[in-house]
Amino acid sequence: MIILIPKRKFEVPVQAACINPDVFKGKDTTEIAKLPVTEGNRNLKLGDLFEIHEDSLETPYITINGDAGKVKRIGQAMKTGEIVVNGDCGMHTGEKMAGGKITVNGNIGGWSGDDMKGGLIEVHGDAGDYLASPYRGTATGMKGGLIIIDGKVGSDVGCYLHGGVLKIAGGAGRFLGYHMSNGAILVDKDVDTRAGACMTGGKIVITGTIPEVMPTFTIDSVKPKVKIDDTQSVNGPFYMFLGDLAEHGTGKIFVSKANNPQLKTYEKYL
Amino acid sequence: MTELLIKNGFVFDPINKINGEKMDIAIKDGKIVSRVSSKAQVIDASGLTVMPGGVDIHTHIAGGEVNTGRIIRPDDHVKDVERKTAMTRSGTGYSIPSTFTTGYRYSRMGYTTVMNPSMAPLEAKHTHEELNDIPLLDKATYPLLGDWWFVLENLAKGNIEECAKHVAWMLDITKGYAIKIVNPGGLESWGFGHNVHSIDDQVANFCITPREIICGLAKVNALLNLPHSIHLHTNNLGLPGNYTTTLDTMKALESVPYNGKPVGHITHLQFASFAGDGWAHFQSASEEISNYINAHNHLTFDMGQVIFTDTTTMTADGPFEFSLYELGGHNKWVNSDIETETSGGIIPFHYKKNSPVNALQWSIGLELALLIKDPWKMFMTTDHPNGGPFFAYPRVLAWLYSKKAREATLKHCNKKAQKKSLLPTIDREMTLYEIAIMTRAGQAKALGLPNKGQLGVGADADIAIFNISPEKLDIAQKFRTARKAFKHAAYTIKDGKVVVKDGEVVDNTTPGRTMWLDVQTKNPCVIDEEMRLKFKQYWTIEYDNYPVFDHYLRVPEKLTIKASV
Repeated sequence: MIILIPKRKFEVPVQAACINPDVFKGKDTTEIAKLPVTEGNRNLKLGDLFEIHEDSLETPYITINGDAGKVKRIGQAMKTGEIVVNGDCGMHTGEKMAGGKITVNGNIGGWSGDDMKGGLIEVHGDAGDYLASPYRGTATGMKGGLIIIDGKVGSDVGCYLHGGVLKIAGGAGRFLGYHMSNGAILVDKDVDTRAGACMTGGKIVITGTIPEVMPTFTIDSVKPKVKIDDTQSVNGPFYMFLGDLAEHGTGKIFVSKANNPQLKTYEKYL
Repeated sequence: MTELLIKNGFVFDPINKINGEKMDIAIKDGKIVSRVSSKAQVIDASGLTVMPGGVDIHTHIAGGEVNTGRIIRPDDHVKDVERKTAMTRSGTGYSIPSTFTTGYRYSRMGYTTVMNPSMAPLEAKHTHEELNDIPLLDKATYPLLGDWWFVLENLAKGNIEECAKHVAWMLDITKGYAIKIVNPGGLESWGFGHNVHSIDDQVANFCITPREIICGLAKVNALLNLPHSIHLHTNNLGLPGNYTTTLDTMKALESVPYNGKPVGHITHLQFASFAGDGWAHFQSASEEISNYINAHNHLTFDMGQVIFTDTTTMTADGPFEFSLYELGGHNKWVNSDIETETSGGIIPFHYKKNSPVNALQWSIGLELALLIKDPWKMFMTTDHPNGGPFFAYPRVLAWLYSKKAREATLKHCNKKAQKKSLLPTIDREMTLYEIAIMTRAGQAKALGLPNKGQLGVGADADIAIFNISPEKLDIAQKFRTARKAFKHAAYTIKDGKVVVKDGEVVDNTTPGRTMWLDVQTKNPCVIDEEMRLKFKQYWTIEYDNYPVFDHYLRVPEKLTIKASV
């Protein structure tokens, strides 16, 4: 196992896509220390910013002990292995990740898990905006894999989602699942407005509350239970809405009946 | 005073009928001369191919739509980033490279002159600002005049001479080089939600047909003695069955007096050569089109070849872009109406080998280039970026000079398209001489640029040297080696200066010139009160802010033309 400890508090963003088990594999600590990173506009080596140690444990492959909140792109495009971060983690963590696991015992920055294709990101804290989203301008975001967030998430989470599952134990900001076309999002607490805007497929399950459902969604039925993935189903009852009709979409939003009495008026359309 | 001598290269200079002769080229002060002093710097080109610098007659590299394309495609830039070097500035690609990168990439392929074919007059200032920032190349741009109200009004009245005066004035104030016509009549109709579907349809709100616009402007072109002919994007472009419209257009232009100089240039011919009555029955019409072209001499053409890649289509043909939006699965898109002048549309598009339509489009472009016997009529382009980015030109060349290269691509194409393709029946493999015509000499001749595309004494010293030995390398068999050589020129020489060596840019002091036409009519167009009032009523800007003044061009090259009106 490689252990990285920040040598100081980072004031400006550090780009460190090299912190990746696939890159570290087969290298000793002196070689790892020479991997390129940038801090602001300066080109540096990983060893300039982190103390690097090695111990005999097999897993996790990389452990970061300390605040990496300014360190971006940890685990970018990783395919195998495991990274554990004991502290905060910066933006774009697990970008284009295809396999393996990232565990963060702290908060995670925006744009994490963007373009993700597989693997698992588990965060015992909050996540920023644009979790599991695409690169700006592309129309398909996360395509596979699982992201579990214990805390709350920011806005535009799961936008352009095209596969995979997001499980969020806290609340979510605006535009949850914006333009999503496939995949599933589960939120256990409060969700802000405009959830599922422009969605064309997939499902959003809200067991907590939502102030309103967008007018471009139509109520379809009340379901007793919803399947999230192969391992989890949640019990309702849920109002099931279909939309976004402005996009001829067939996405589904499930909203807890018990926690959202303000949606009772929809029942007359059933 | 700088002197340069290129020794012992195999020279391909079709305008001077030099076909692979081993000879020296002498350069002094940016021009080709008969000899130089013994102090001249020598480039040993033994075993290398020497050609005039490449000329591109049609490539969207600057202006409003190009820049809007850049704005909507961050996903395009992220996959192709160029880092700064000691000589070059940083930039991005892919399908719509940033200005500096555009210059570097063209230059690395041995190109020295490029033409931006689509400029809404209202966006002329923006276009010239971008052209100023494209280094290492000579440039020019064509204003869109086919749907411009003054042209339509004058042509509807049958007033060719008045129209000619307006066009001359327009070329002056937009600092343009040729008359560009896009879907004539269709763009004006598009402003009102309509289109025209044949060259004899009536244009909404104007008593005129596309036929009258095309032939009228071709006559205007002749009256003004413009070096290039009208540059025409045909009606119904990109729609199945449109080849009949293309044939009608070509026949219509027979009515314009032809005196040995082509009366029109039909651009991206591939997109105008579709047969079939729908996308499901999409067919190639390359035989019908090439038969006509082989029997007539009054027009020139360029390919508009499709490359299998993710690109960004952009054209003034708004209705065509709308049909692409419908066809391409509702991708993000832009569509606009540009006041009294033209329209515009942009949509990203991915040409795929497994799509029956895209694969056949790829085949149609090559069929046309190979079936049209005379390379002086048909030039190599991809209609950058509509068919694919310009830096894929070496791939297009490989398909032209090597049947083996065509077969290697065709076998991965959609099976239905393979059955419909004529390529297996075509054995033609172009020679380096023909390649030099299609990529340089022919284009320069069609553009009326006497100092470009040739290596005769007095010509501009724009030269490309490729690492191809015609004696040793069979390009048809070893097409990949030759393709690599065309991608990274051994030397590119611009105005007598080495700007690229071994595929790398080695000069940052050559901005390149912007050519524009100063057409001198006997009675110049008068900007009267009526015209100013029209600007007040119909344009978003006042007349006084409309013209592009000389100081806008970093290195202007004024070409003075005496008109016959």
